[in-house]
Amino acid sequence: MARLLLAAAALFLVLFLASPESFAGLFRPFVTNNAPAIYTQTGLLSLTLSHLGLVGVAVLASTVVAVGLGILVTRPAGREFLPLARTVTSIGQTFPPVAVLALAVPILGFGAWPTLVALFLYGLLPIFENTLTGLTNLPPEVSEAARGMGLTRRQRLVQVELPLAMPLILAGIRLSAVISLATATIGSTVAAKTLGEVIIAGLLSSNTAYVVQGGLVVGLLAILIYEAFQALETRTARRIGLARR
Amino acid sequence: MTEIPITADSPTGVAISRTGLLFAGLGLVALALPLVQFKPNRIVLGEGISLTAALGPPGWVVLLGLAVALLIGVTDRASLPIRLAIGVAGVAAAFLILGAAVRNLTPPDNNLARVSPAAGFWLLLLAFALMMADALSRMRLSLRLRWLMLAAVLAMLAAILWSGWLDGVSVMREYAARQDLFHRESLRHLILAFGSLGAAILVGLPLGILIYQVPRLKRAVLGVLNILQTIPSLAMFGLMIPLFGWVAATVPGAASIGVAGIGIFPALVALFLYSLLPVVSNTVVGLNGVSPATKEAAYGLGMTDAQVLGQVLIPLALPVLLAAVRIVLVQNIGLAVIAGLIGGGGYGTFVFQGLNQTAMDLVLLGALPTIALALTAGIALDLLVEALDHRKRRRDAP
Repeated sequence: MARLLLAAAALFLVLFLASPESFAGLFRPFVTNNAPAIYTQTGLLSLTLSHLGLVGVAVLASTVVAVGLGILVTRPAGREFLPLARTVTSIGQTFPPVAVLALAVPILGFGAWPTLVALFLYGLLPIFENTLTGLTNLPPEVSEAARGMGLTRRQRLVQVELPLAMPLILAGIRLSAVISLATATIGSTVAAKTLGEVIIAGLLSSNTAYVVQGGLVVGLLAILIYEAFQALETRTARRIGLARR
Repeated sequence: MTEIPITADSPTGVAISRTGLLFAGLGLVALALPLVQFKPNRIVLGEGISLTAALGPPGWVVLLGLAVALLIGVTDRASLPIRLAIGVAGVAAAFLILGAAVRNLTPPDNNLARVSPAAGFWLLLLAFALMMADALSRMRLSLRLRWLMLAAVLAMLAAILWSGWLDGVSVMREYAARQDLFHRESLRHLILAFGSLGAAILVGLPLGILIYQVPRLKRAVLGVLNILQTIPSLAMFGLMIPLFGWVAATVPGAASIGVAGIGIFPALVALFLYSLLPVVSNTVVGLNGVSPATKEAAYGLGMTDAQVLGQVLIPLALPVLLAAVRIVLVQNIGLAVIAGLIGGGGYGTFVFQGLNQTAMDLVLLGALPTIALALTAGIALDLLVEALDHRKRRRDAP
């Protein structure tokens, strides 16, 4: 049942983005004074792709850096940084994403860059936190067994520790992707090309249809990405023989 | 959480603190970068000016002092309290230096020129703040001392602000130009963040208790609340305007109790809707976490349902509930900025006005208090959660 709903949502999203005009009737009730029901200044599809591109690049960069840092502070050479890393992560998560975005503008100017940087910085935290939890809370018997088998440190990391931490790392990436997806809309206030453009156009011209369609596309994307990651996490967890945490 | 012992001594006998090395690196880079930016007026881009150029010959003494302080942190001879002291003093010094630089650079009787903090200042502040945070996180201070630290740091920053030493800094000039408005929007921001939190607790707590008692409802209620979370904040705020505009116009009496499509009301409702999920789900998790044996014992003592709920279940679930309060409060302080875009007030007013006018000092006037507020709320609630946890553990221990 849930799968069917998701498939329907995905199908609707694809059809809507392929031909927004055919859904005009759906948004007509939100329009007053014969305003257009569908945003046409920029194609919805191209906005969606650029929105997803922005989020994708930011999340990918956050993942590489956060997982790398997570590995670093759990090795003997970097252990001294562990308390600091924990503190910075928990404090960093209290920084409001909108404020980070606003602060990035004076340094980077308008356009896609401040959004990208804000999304990257904000995305680091959940992934880093989960990588840390995953790598530090391994069952001791497993680490013991891996050592006993004579695996080197690198082999232990690649063959044992990372695979076991993978479901948690994926959960961190999921969190970060969903937050970024919503935060990217705000990027349009600093001239990034995202679906926020549609919502802001709606706010400025009091056209609720624009607000609804912008919000709808972002919301559906968020749900689909969330579910896709969750399915991936379940599969990974099952593969390594762990019950879903 | 497993604790990993930290061994700082290297086998060669020369003890070097790796974290200290990081902070010193950051700090030294900061000293090489422009400390402030000089702008002929508030909306053009300015030129960067280094610490020594801004302070003149005394600047070299200051530079040397900062470098020595940073390098002391590199040697492992420096104990944690010394590091903490260097961190706190460094944060204060960064602000004092900023004030001095601005005083030196601002030409007399020129009201247009602006001097704003640049990359060097922010990085210097970061280096010392990290040093402070690192020392604090390793010292394992008692809760009471950590409360005192929080209060002391806040008091120090407040004293610097109130002393007027920073009045020449561009952000403070923006503040001086609209003091009344700033105070009004601050109040608005607090009302938005705390008001929506209060409403979410009033509605979410009973809803969570209901789900706890009727588990059948769980899927549906949490499902709806989850979907609410996926609506991007911009759209959520945008949808509240026409919705409540319509309600105020069609439902008799709605307008007279404050329902309106403009102003603070739609923003308050949007924040309230986002706050519901953490409150409801943590209520359920907290209540489910109480062991059945405890509950049975309470009933065995002859307590009524209401007594068990009020005197046993809720007090035991309190740390989890408070964790939800922390999430919601920090999140709402940040999201309330977006209210500025729909005329809901708060610090967002300055952020978006500043972005529209490309007046970055005005953006800072909105962004900095928001960050300060979120940070303070986050740290204070973390301490509160920990205090409750301690008390609970002490009570649970035989």
